[in-house]
Amino acid sequence: MDAVEQQLAELAKTGYEAGFVSNIESETVPPGLDESVIRYISARKSEPEFMLEWRLGAYQKWLQMEEPDWAHLKYTKIDYQAISYFSAPKSAADAPKSLDEVDPELLRVYEKLGIPLEEQKMLAGVAVDAVFDSVSVATTFRKQLAEAGVIFCSISEAMREHPELIKKYLGTVVPQTDNYFAALNAAVFTDGTFVYIPENTRCPMELSTYFRINERNTGQFERTLIIADKGSYVSYLEGCTAPQRDENQLHAAVVELIALEDAYIKYSTVQNWYPGDENGKGGIYNFVTKRGVCAGDRSRISWTQVETGSSITWKYPSCVLKGDDSIGEFYSVAVTRGAQQADTGTKMFHIGKNTTSTIVSKGISADRGQNAYRGLVRMNKGAENARNHTQCDSLLIGDKCGAHTFPYIEVANPTAKVEHEATTSKIGEDQLFYCRQRGLSEEDAVSMIVNGFCKEVFNELPMEFAVEARKLLAISLEGAVG
Amino acid sequence: MLSIKDLHASINGKEILKGLSLEMGAGEVHAIMGPNGSGKSTLSKVLAGREEYEVTSGTVTYKGENLLDMSPEERAHQGIFMAFQYPVELPGVNNTYFMQASLNAIRKARGEPELNSLNFMKLVRTKLKALEMNEALLKRSVNTGFSGGEMKRNEILQMILLEPSLAILDETDSGLDIDALKMVSMGVNSLRSPERSMLVITHYQRLLDYIQPDYVHVLSGGRIIRSGDKSLALELEEKGYGWLQEEAAA
Ligand SMILES: Nc1ncnc2c1ncn2[C@@H]1O[C@H](COP(=O)(O)OP(=O)(O)OP(=O)(O)O)[C@@H](O)[C@H]1O
Ligand SMILES: [Mg+2]
Repeated sequence: MDAVEQQLAELAKTGYEAGFVSNIESETVPPGLDESVIRYISARKSEPEFMLEWRLGAYQKWLQMEEPDWAHLKYTKIDYQAISYFSAPKSAADAPKSLDEVDPELLRVYEKLGIPLEEQKMLAGVAVDAVFDSVSVATTFRKQLAEAGVIFCSISEAMREHPELIKKYLGTVVPQTDNYFAALNAAVFTDGTFVYIPENTRCPMELSTYFRINERNTGQFERTLIIADKGSYVSYLEGCTAPQRDENQLHAAVVELIALEDAYIKYSTVQNWYPGDENGKGGIYNFVTKRGVCAGDRSRISWTQVETGSSITWKYPSCVLKGDDSIGEFYSVAVTRGAQQADTGTKMFHIGKNTTSTIVSKGISADRGQNAYRGLVRMNKGAENARNHTQCDSLLIGDKCGAHTFPYIEVANPTAKVEHEATTSKIGEDQLFYCRQRGLSEEDAVSMIVNGFCKEVFNELPMEFAVEARKLLAISLEGAVG
Repeated sequence: MLSIKDLHASINGKEILKGLSLEMGAGEVHAIMGPNGSGKSTLSKVLAGREEYEVTSGTVTYKGENLLDMSPEERAHQGIFMAFQYPVELPGVNNTYFMQASLNAIRKARGEPELNSLNFMKLVRTKLKALEMNEALLKRSVNTGFSGGEMKRNEILQMILLEPSLAILDETDSGLDIDALKMVSMGVNSLRSPERSMLVITHYQRLLDYIQPDYVHVLSGGRIIRSGDKSLALELEEKGYGWLQEEAAA
């Protein structure tokens, strides 16, 4: 421990001893976790009593659990007592006054992504005028959603306004004790989103469009719950191509999706958290639990993710295919460079008859980046005629990076079929030379080849995000060759 | 147009070009023939700027400038085009998109306006028609799963789109059926003009029936050992390379 860390640790400790209980008005809870912190969070959020019980239950279980170490990841141990588990949103006084005060490197990337100026300001956290175009747009959106009967609000609001739905569904897909990080999340989550789409309703807009114009305070412990009732459809986009910085190193989100009969949930993620410096220092640890259940017959859940950020990514969006004829899909692009490490993949649990799942995973590694695909396909006894197709491709740029594939297949029904294909390729000098001979710069050539490699996944993204994701990939791999 | 003087080039420490000299004037078509492994593809790749090859001595002047100083893309911007002996697959990269990006990169470098997709498609369609080529290849990924002949046609399509001032064709005729051969020749002939030069590498004199060269050179052991007119190709067809190599050795 160097001097600064020592000081910080001591400071943190004093803060903790001083206690927050005596100081209930404080906006940030001192670092440390115990039951009183959880009570405080629940009280601050004016949650119903059952939520507090639920959180405390999760906390008790968490205390007995151990941090998993099976992933292909190396990182320094997380000190859970050094984290502050509640902080109110920053006041406008701390925010930069104009874009001039924002890190020019960040602005350069916004520029390259083609993000409009007003949006740049929001992303960079510049205090913007209240009278600002997007506010009225947001109001229009909210009206449209309300007319359709769609509930779309923060998870805290949902706990107050729709406790019956929360009580019925929260934790049904990812139980409190599912895993170490999910248990921690259940105990302390403070942010997140709740979506309910009523029967036979097609959500009138991509829920991404909405986010684009609303600064979102993505927290360290987010919890998202999406319920698509019978015959409904929703497309939800989480994240943002713009690079996001955060002082919190550990992110442990939980996402639960529930698709009832004939419902279809399309969940897309673009993750571009700060990856740290070239040695990974300061980068985000992203430990996420995402799972959807196709509860009804003929329901469908589709995960699409583009993961370019974070220093550590630990993430396996999964589908539980309970309903007969239900469909699970996972399309993923994961980029690791510098010292980034990703251990990501999916789990497909086939329970109902004639269930089908498709997995397309594209891993790209450059520099010293390490990319692991970890996937489980389980065909239960009752999964008559179930089908899975897995395509798992790795692309290497340079020879110091690595790609690893860990497919697990368990088949308990003889009529079920599982297909697995895997390839590993390198961006060849031949390919680069071919492109350059045709007048393309080396950078454009890399971006073109990589985007070609990821095409099947980008095809699944909502239009406007596919365009941005392509640019993002190009920026993420700038200077990776040569 | 192009002046190569005493060019020596090696790869992995192995010298392949050993004092090659060649002068090409504007508007001329030069054919290069020679046994396998004599350095024909090496010459074309050195001219196109492949960095693996190390030029150890000699000079290459193109339009009055030192070609060896330029990056591969700069050479392309300056009008050098190489049809590859073995075109490269780019999985997932749409062929039309690739060609548009290529044309626009070159136009941009020259300060010309870029073509939007609509105008580009119009342009491609007219070129396809002239080549009697099937549009289906446009929708596929660049060279991915193309047959040998399809790849070569695709190279020619790119060439006539980019309208280079120096075109290097490395065995574009190899592996082509008769119709494709005619098509390729037609494409090449349609580009012939007083300000455009072509370097055609081939093993078969048959191609030279369609593309009438101004000069024929024999490359052997990394050097040009004989130059002549079209009749040299006929002579080679009859006698092979042995007699020339013996003469050169003597
Ligand atoms: N990377 C390499 N390392 C070592 N030798 C190489 C390499 N690339 C090419 N060569 C050698 O250089 C020589 C010339 O090759 P080149 O491809 O130029 O011949 P070519 O005249 O085009 O032959 P062909 O008619 O068969 O196409 C060959 O002996 C080849 O094996
Ligand atoms: Mg050759």
